[in-house]
Amino acid sequence: MSIRDYVTLRVGGQLFGVDAARVHDVFHPRGLTPVPLSRTEIAGVLNLRGRIVTAVCARRRLGLSPRPADAPEPLAIGLEVHGDSYGLVIDSVDEVLKLDDEKFHAPPGNLPPRWAEVIVGVYQLEKELLIVLDPHTLLDAAHLKAA
Amino acid sequence: MDDLIAEFLTETAESLEVVDSELVKFEANPNERKTLDNIFRLVHTIKGTCGFLGLGRLEAVAHAGETLLGRFRDGKLEVTPTAVTLVLHSIDRIKLILNGLEQTGNEPDGDDDDLISQLEAMAEGREVAIETVQPVQVPDRPINADIPEVVIAEVKPELERPLRPGEVSLDELEAAFLAAEAPDWMSDPEPEPVAEIKAEAPKPETKPEPKVEAPVAVAPKAEPVEAASGALAAALGDENGGIATTQSIRVSVDVLEGLMTLVSEMVLTRNQLLQISRNREDSAFATPLQRLSTLTGELQDSVMKTRMQPIGAAWKKLPRLVRDLSHELGKKIDLIMEGEGTELDRQVLELIRDPLTHMVRNSADHGLEPTEERIALGKPANGQVKLAAFHEGGYIVIRISDNGRGLNTARIREKIVEKGLATRAEVEGMSDQQIHRYIFAPGFSTAAKVTNLSGRGVGMDVVRTNIEQIGGQIDLNSIAGQGTTFTIKIPLTLAIVSALIVGAGGQKFAVPQTSVMELVRTGANAEHKIEKINDALVLRLRDKLLPLVQLGPTLQLEAATEENPTFVMVIQVGERRYGLVVNDVLDTEEIVVKPLASILRDVDIFSGATILGDGSVVLILDPNALSERAGNMLEEKVEESTEDAVAESAQGQKVAMLLFRAGGGAPKAVELEHITRLEHIEAEKIERMDGRAALQYRGKLMPILNVADTYGFKEQDIQPLLVFTGEGYAMALAVDEIVDVVEDFLNIELSPDRPGVRGTAVITGRACEILDVDHYLLRGLAEHARRQPAQDLITEAA
Repeated sequence: MSIRDYVTLRVGGQLFGVDAARVHDVFHPRGLTPVPLSRTEIAGVLNLRGRIVTAVCARRRLGLSPRPADAPEPLAIGLEVHGDSYGLVIDSVDEVLKLDDEKFHAPPGNLPPRWAEVIVGVYQLEKELLIVLDPHTLLDAAHLKAA
Repeated sequence: MDDLIAEFLTETAESLEVVDSELVKFEANPNERKTLDNIFRLVHTIKGTCGFLGLGRLEAVAHAGETLLGRFRDGKLEVTPTAVTLVLHSIDRIKLILNGLEQTGNEPDGDDDDLISQLEAMAEGREVAIETVQPVQVPDRPINADIPEVVIAEVKPELERPLRPGEVSLDELEAAFLAAEAPDWMSDPEPEPVAEIKAEAPKPETKPEPKVEAPVAVAPKAEPVEAASGALAAALGDENGGIATTQSIRVSVDVLEGLMTLVSEMVLTRNQLLQISRNREDSAFATPLQRLSTLTGELQDSVMKTRMQPIGAAWKKLPRLVRDLSHELGKKIDLIMEGEGTELDRQVLELIRDPLTHMVRNSADHGLEPTEERIALGKPANGQVKLAAFHEGGYIVIRISDNGRGLNTARIREKIVEKGLATRAEVEGMSDQQIHRYIFAPGFSTAAKVTNLSGRGVGMDVVRTNIEQIGGQIDLNSIAGQGTTFTIKIPLTLAIVSALIVGAGGQKFAVPQTSVMELVRTGANAEHKIEKINDALVLRLRDKLLPLVQLGPTLQLEAATEENPTFVMVIQVGERRYGLVVNDVLDTEEIVVKPLASILRDVDIFSGATILGDGSVVLILDPNALSERAGNMLEEKVEESTEDAVAESAQGQKVAMLLFRAGGGAPKAVELEHITRLEHIEAEKIERMDGRAALQYRGKLMPILNVADTYGFKEQDIQPLLVFTGEGYAMALAVDEIVDVVEDFLNIELSPDRPGVRGTAVITGRACEILDVDHYLLRGLAEHARRQPAQDLITEAA
């Protein structure tokens, strides 16, 4: 039995989890420079303590509706894929949960393709489901093209 | 992989490169004692280290090679080309084994008895037929690619590691002993591996030499031994003539990159601080800030220096390459290298390594004539390939020249026409130099046959692309019978470049300054105005037409509506020149280039991003990718020779042109001699049949075409027509208005990729589109063919 830490976060009301070991930091994505001609999922590039971070909008990546105008300022979690720094722009960060690997379930088969490929599994929490995201497929250019 | 093995691989890869070039030197001059000693020592070191690491196969090959070299060294054996080839083969075998070792962590299975017995036979002075030994193809990459390392300061090959005990001479024994007493190497920052080796050391050693055992057993660590040999050289008085001892340590590239990031961040923070301090009255901070500023600048310089490497590092393989080529091609080739010490950024160095190799190979294979031919021509029998490097401004210039036959202009000309890159008429009008440049066109190879050495797909177009990608330029100069010289000019470093910060569509972008030739202010009150030809924007600049690319619209940014003063940046990429229209030019800044994340790599218009002094991120434009947007317009040549050519043709004949308007946009023009007749007919007389127009004209139906398909004919009033006649048929072109008949020089400047237009020319001060009459005649012919059998296509012409 092994316990794993998950950073839980919300995008469009849905609860997601990302392996805490993969998350470098949580920050407000401010001072975004849009990248013309790039894919819609790209929110822009920003300067995070001297590093150039590419911000990717989780809502757009998952095919969800855009953020309502009156929503609080979004957050981003810092992730690294193939040596590049990314910020996944999300609505809010909840808490860090310790979850047992044994309670981990494979994702159901009826998910839309855009979701199916970025989800590694599901935890059945008491109140709701926690969907575990794979940052790698979420931010990998090859997967993005396929989506 | 074992750390020790990994380190051994890196180190050995370096030694082998030195051996390769030293051997070539040695073959040329077998009496050069120093070279031989050097080779012997290197092979010996490899052998010694293998022993410690339990690499039996490697050790056996190295030992046999060393034995043979030892015979040369003792003067007991004469150095013959066969012998050198055999030694090279054994080096190749060592590389092959190392390659296997790198991939699996273990020596690959295999048998080297054939090679070893040949080496031994040679050492004993017996005849050896080396044809049976196949040269081993070794992949063209560093042996230890997975551990990128950079040697901060190149260690002179003369200061290599001391000998392994066992076969050492008395002098060398003493030297090693001295090294043991001069514990410079104890300051090694990573002492653990040393301890390990010490524990292992006595095992593989057979000869009891306890005193030297311990210090020399440390051999696998390069740094301490280099330091030790430095101390030793100092102690003994350097017999190689007092070459300065260079102390160096290995640092991983990651650490250097990290340092670079930190420094650039520090520079940005300093800039911010300076800005704050400037806005304040109390200047208590001013002095320390100034000091901080200077220090930061110096730090930045120093960190940049750590990334610099001499270009000789990229040339190391070439002597061996040229030697092999010379054997294979049966040509005598001298390789001359000048300016090996010229330094450039390691990143640039990596990127030009392959293009350089390709070009040297080309020069030797295609450029140089076979020896007999050279003698027949009264040239020196030995062909020469020369490499030279030097700094010029912020650039490094590399020249690759040969004294061979030069490019075959006639054949290239044929090839251009054959490939449809230009028409015969165009080709005839080009200077030799212009013709030669076509060898950089994609897929262009003049090699009649694909040899083993070249013509294998990598063409000069790839070379050019590689060089342009790092902001460089390549040009060539070839003189028939005298040789060809390629000149490459590349920025010294890619990491920090000066850039212009421009504004377009409400956003800021950086444009590398190296490609900006000049800035032109345009707008209502400015001297220069942007003009339109159809939808294409052009700028008249010193009687030339410059195709323009509008940055905002190209990037699909919200068009900036305000009537800002607009700037045109004249950008030169290779030979192409175009104007980039921006709303504003804000600043020049030294920027630290950072690559974009892989998720953004499909946006080829940006080559990277950078952080400005205010902390904001701006994207760096790639002038090369943008030039694609300038379309297939004729490349505006920049050379003096071309200017002259244009001037010459301008002094030629004036041509009578008919100017007219059709379909809006710029006025159009056609040479008067093509027009058979001008007609003004009543619009009602035009007959329309299934969407096509025709006119009863001199007893026949004459098709009427319009200049563009987007507009129709007049429904009423008078319709002006230009009547053209082809071979036995007539057709008419409907126009809106005939403007004038003028006489002027016809200089077609731009050729847009649109049917029916030959290009654009300035006629009596106006930019006009020149009509392609043939295009319309063909369409007219097609119309006739639709209507009637071909044999009836007889109209009384004129």
